Order: sequence, then structure tokens, then C-alpha cells
Amino acid sequence: MDVGRIVTFKPFASSARMRELMAGYFRDLNRAALEGRPKIAWCSSVGPAELLLSLGYAVFYPENHAAMLGATREARKTIPVANAAGYSPDICSYLTSDIGAYLRRETPLSKVYPEIVTVPRPDVLVYNNVQCRDVQEWFSWYGREFAVPVLGVATPRNIAAITPELLAGIAGQIRALVPPLEKIAGRRFDIDRLRAVMSLSRDGSEMWKRVLEANRVRPAPLSFFDAAVHMGPAVVLRGTEEVLAYYRVLLREVEGRVARGEGAVEGERFRLYWEGMPIWGKLRDLAEFFIGLRTNIVASTYCNSWIFESGDLADPFLDLARSSAGLFIAWDEDAKERYLRDMAETYGVHGFIFHDAKTCPHNSNNRYGLPGRLEKATGIPTLTIHGDVNDLRCYSEDQTRTAIEAFIERLEEG
Amino acid sequence: MPEHRPPGGSRIFAGLDIGSSAVKVVLLDGDGSFAGHAVRVLGSDLRHAAAAALDDAAGEAGLKRPSFDGLVATGFGRSAWTEASAAKTEISCHAKGSYHDVRRPHTLIDIGGQDCKIIRIDGQGRRMGFRMNRKCAAGTGAFLEEAALRLRVGLETFDDLARSSTRDVEIGSYCTVFAAAEILHLIRRGVEMPDIVKGLFGSIVQRTMEMDLLEGDVVLTGGVAAHHPFLIRMFETRLGRPVIVPPRAQFTGALGAAIFALEAWSGRHA
Repeated sequence: MDVGRIVTFKPFASSARMRELMAGYFRDLNRAALEGRPKIAWCSSVGPAELLLSLGYAVFYPENHAAMLGATREARKTIPVANAAGYSPDICSYLTSDIGAYLRRETPLSKVYPEIVTVPRPDVLVYNNVQCRDVQEWFSWYGREFAVPVLGVATPRNIAAITPELLAGIAGQIRALVPPLEKIAGRRFDIDRLRAVMSLSRDGSEMWKRVLEANRVRPAPLSFFDAAVHMGPAVVLRGTEEVLAYYRVLLREVEGRVARGEGAVEGERFRLYWEGMPIWGKLRDLAEFFIGLRTNIVASTYCNSWIFESGDLADPFLDLARSSAGLFIAWDEDAKERYLRDMAETYGVHGFIFHDAKTCPHNSNNRYGLPGRLEKATGIPTLTIHGDVNDLRCYSEDQTRTAIEAFIERLEEG
Repeated sequence: MPEHRPPGGSRIFAGLDIGSSAVKVVLLDGDGSFAGHAVRVLGSDLRHAAAAALDDAAGEAGLKRPSFDGLVATGFGRSAWTEASAAKTEISCHAKGSYHDVRRPHTLIDIGGQDCKIIRIDGQGRRMGFRMNRKCAAGTGAFLEEAALRLRVGLETFDDLARSSTRDVEIGSYCTVFAAAEILHLIRRGVEMPDIVKGLFGSIVQRTMEMDLLEGDVVLTGGVAAHHPFLIRMFETRLGRPVIVPPRAQFTGALGAAIFALEAWSGRHA
């Protein structure tokens, strides 16, 4: 390519505050594990975290931990351990990297916070299988390991329309979690407390949405790679005042860039959409690669997944169900296509990149012809790259870079 | 200005395609006419192989030394040739070279040493989309090289062997390693060598046809197409229509790169 290769990665000053927040969160969890109170619940990323928080649990998110294993490339050492223990290389590499790390008695948290020697021992594990079966298997492994209850919600997938019956079914399952969770927590459920946590959670989600939507302008002030890092608090500090305050600070910084006409990518030429999981071990490399191509990935389904649909909180269980069924991953192909077309228009994208993550079939949305349909409907080119969320054995550096460069060369041709 | 010019004093532009198995060079003069070409096995020293190929091509073009008015590098090793005036992906260069040869809308299949690409090209030579094989070597030149090693047969004999086959054998695995196991199974069953080799060709055809819908005119390029005319015949049979193989099918990417070099120079001096 004839494009200048000047790579200027522009960090956000807010990152320092984010690191403090994350440090506080992990240290509190560690303290809870050491002192035995409050009780600790492990929760899947889109599990009913607000319910757990309302019951006083300290909540740990294994998917966040797995993403750390990917980002630090520790997963290269830990995945083979889980494979050797009988967990296939073809299943979720979040699962295999996390279980492998546990079997090696390691956590990337120790490198950042030396006082943390292990993940916090759970008193209960709670999942929502909306994204896949694997999360259930993952939590079940720990349930057996720690001899603690594993509770779950089964959300239908391939949803074409959100109906009252659908929501009632999911809401009923979440409501049914209350008695066992009360028992483990040793605390009575308080519906107003749940409403208060959910209200905070929705406010935080709304603020995160405003941060992401700042990218409608040209040049876009942040990139997918920035957003994938800055969504950390949205994931692990859901339903807290801190997360709301943090995104206010970040939004101010992002809006400052907008006011100055400053983009995350110097000389932004092309705007792309990322569909699918990040490739955590290549996040920084790819960020710099795209900066070199003067191309910004301005929006992604992944980062949008922490914007939760919400209605009124009269029946908070119904609203939790709405959030669950409102997730992209739960929808059918037509609904996904409509959403992506809408995103293309909202963010003015020139192309879509679909990441086919080898071990994450449910979040690899290229597999049923969607890129072709999308391209036909919008005239916007698509590119599918093959990689994985955490398993870099499934990623070819040369092939991926060539495919991306060729895609940009195609956009250059117009 | 280069110091040493071929007879006539024309300018010379180079396309350097550093592929995974071989380095290919095409030289064009200032009118876009063919001036020289060369191919070298890549080996373990990429820069040495590239320099040797450039030397060879320069010699063919009548240059005393490889000095060019522009050089575009392509292929997996494109960024290693830092002397290039620009680097372009092999997708763009193959499309450019193929359209130069064919001059109409077509689907290009390039079967290289390490990858297989399918590029859809419109009537203006623009790329409408492309697909590359996944990480596995099945359906690429490396697959045939691996099989030749396994069979203890020279790769250069494959085409004649396949041509003499008398029965169809299917090798169905996606994976080169699994395909090798299938070959062993065929050997154990006493299947003749020509039939096995034809089965390997059939496997390449099948893997390629699984990658995309091959619409309109189909052009085949790359070392595999250049050296195995019988495989092209099999492709045509499977496709149900003739395919086009350019005269220098292994050099399409290098040709495209040389055209880019010429166009860049022309753009600067318009």
C-alpha cells in the first residue's frame, strides 16, 4: 500500500481512572474471597448481574477474566492444558483458556495486582446461555470443582420478534432464581433494591451508548480497539455509581476530540464496522495496523452488546428478560441483517469486517451467508477474516493482514 | 533514470511477486510491452531469491544490471523488499494482471503455493470481491508438494501420471494431513499411482469450487495451473465450460505489480 505507515496510537487520559476503577473492583473481590463476605457469585456477561448485586453478592465475570487471558496472550499456555484435560480445541477458547489457567493455578490478575493469587472462589455460579451452550459447560466445570450450585437461565435463540410470551418465559426463569440465591446470600430479596440497581445499570448503559455514538462524526474520536478496552467497567461494574461517573468522564474526553475535529486515526480515510468477537491477543497489533492504513473501525456489534434494551421497571424481571432477548446474539438472521444495515447508515461505514472466530460459532455471523446478503442489500463491501477470540493457533498473521490490506485497496479503487 | 537501458532506451518497470514457493518477476517497458521475466525457487533466503530473479529478468531484458524506473512488490514477502517503490497485495496485483490479459469481466482463480484466491473482476477491471482459502493448505500448491513427498514421486511427473489414470478416486478430506492419510489408505488398497495423482488433482478442483460460486468466464493462474494442464482439463470438465489460462499463468501477480509500477510512473509524469 502507498499509505504512510505512521502509527500514532492515541490513548485516552481517562484510562488512568479506568485502571483505578478496575483495580478497586478486583481488590474488593479478592477481599471478599479472603474474608468470606460478601458472598461471591460468578456471572456470565449477560447473566442477571443486577439481581445478584441487589442481593449483596460481589460479582465476578469469568468472560472478562478470559478476555484478559487472551489480551495478555497467556491463553497460549493455558488453552493446551484444558485441551489435555479433555476440553476440545474446537470449543469456546474463553472456556479453555480460563479452565486451563485455573488448572495451572494462574491468573493474569496476579501480574497486575500481586496480592491476588487466584480467582475469587465462588459461592454460586449463574449463567444465561443466550450466547451459547459453552458458557453453561464452563460454569458447570467450576460448579463441580468448587462443589457449589450452578444456576442458569435459558434464553431462546434465533428470535424473530420479541413477544410477551417470550419475555414472560425468560422473566419466569429469572424470578425462579430468587429463592436459591436468597438462601446462599443469607439475605431477603428486595424488589425496590433490584429496581435501584437496574436503574443505575440502565443509566450506565445509556452513558456507554453516548460514548459509542460519538463516533457518528468524521473523523471518529475513538476506535473499536479503544472501545473494546474501555468497555471493561461496563462489563464488571454494571449497576454501580462508579461506572456512570466513569463514562461521564470518558464522554467528556471523547466530546473534546469531536470539538477539536480530532480522530482516533490520523487522516481517517475509511470507516469500517467490526462484526464478531475481538481477537484479544492481536488487539494492539490490529489497532496499529488499521491506524497505518488510515482506516478506523468506528462501530461494532461487540461493544454495542453492553447497551441494554430497557423499558419501565414496574416489573424488573420482565425488564431483565427484555435485556436478554434484546441482544443481537439472540436474534435471527433477518433481524441481525436489519441491525447491521442500520449501523452502516448510522455510522457511515464503507465496509464490514466479519470475524469468523473458530471456537465461537454463535458469535461468528458470517456462517449463514449474512455477508453476501448484506453486501447485496447495501452495496457495502464485506470481508471475512478467520481467527479466534483467544486461540491464536487459529490465526494467520500474514493471511489476515493481506486480506485486510486487499480489502482497503478495493475501497481505494472505489 | 536507470544507467543501463535495453536497446531502444525504453524505460523499464518491474513487478516482483515474492510468493511462498517461488519469486516471480515481470519487466515491462514504457509502452507496457513485455520486456523480461524470471522465476526462482524461494528457498530459505527470501531476499537472495528475489535479487536473483530480478537479475535474471534484467538479463533477459538486455539490462546490464537490475535498475528500474519503478518496482512494485507483491506476494506474502512484499514488505521484505524495502527497495520497492510501493507494495501491493497479491489480490490487487493478480486482478490487475489478469484483467490486462483478459480485458472483460471474469472470475479469477489463482492457485499459489500457500493460498488459493478467487477474485471477481468487473468489466472495468475493478475487483468486486475476493475470497481466500482458510488457513489449511488443502487446495494449494503446498498440498501437491506434500503429496509428492509422501508418494516419493517428482512433482514434475504429476501431470503425466494424472493423464494416464484409468479410474476415478476421490480424496475428500479438507485437511492436508488427513488427505495424506487417505493416500496411505489408497496405497494399501493397491490403487495405482496415476489414479491417486488424479484424485489429488480432483481434490484441488473440489476445494476450489467450494470456495465461491464461479460465475461467468473463469481464468486460472498460478504455478499449479501453469505446470499442470491436465488439472485445467479436469477443472473444465467439472465446471462444464472452458477456462482461460493466460500465456504466463505463473506470472500474473508479477505482471499486475509491473503494471502498477508503470501506472504510478505515468501518473507522476502525466
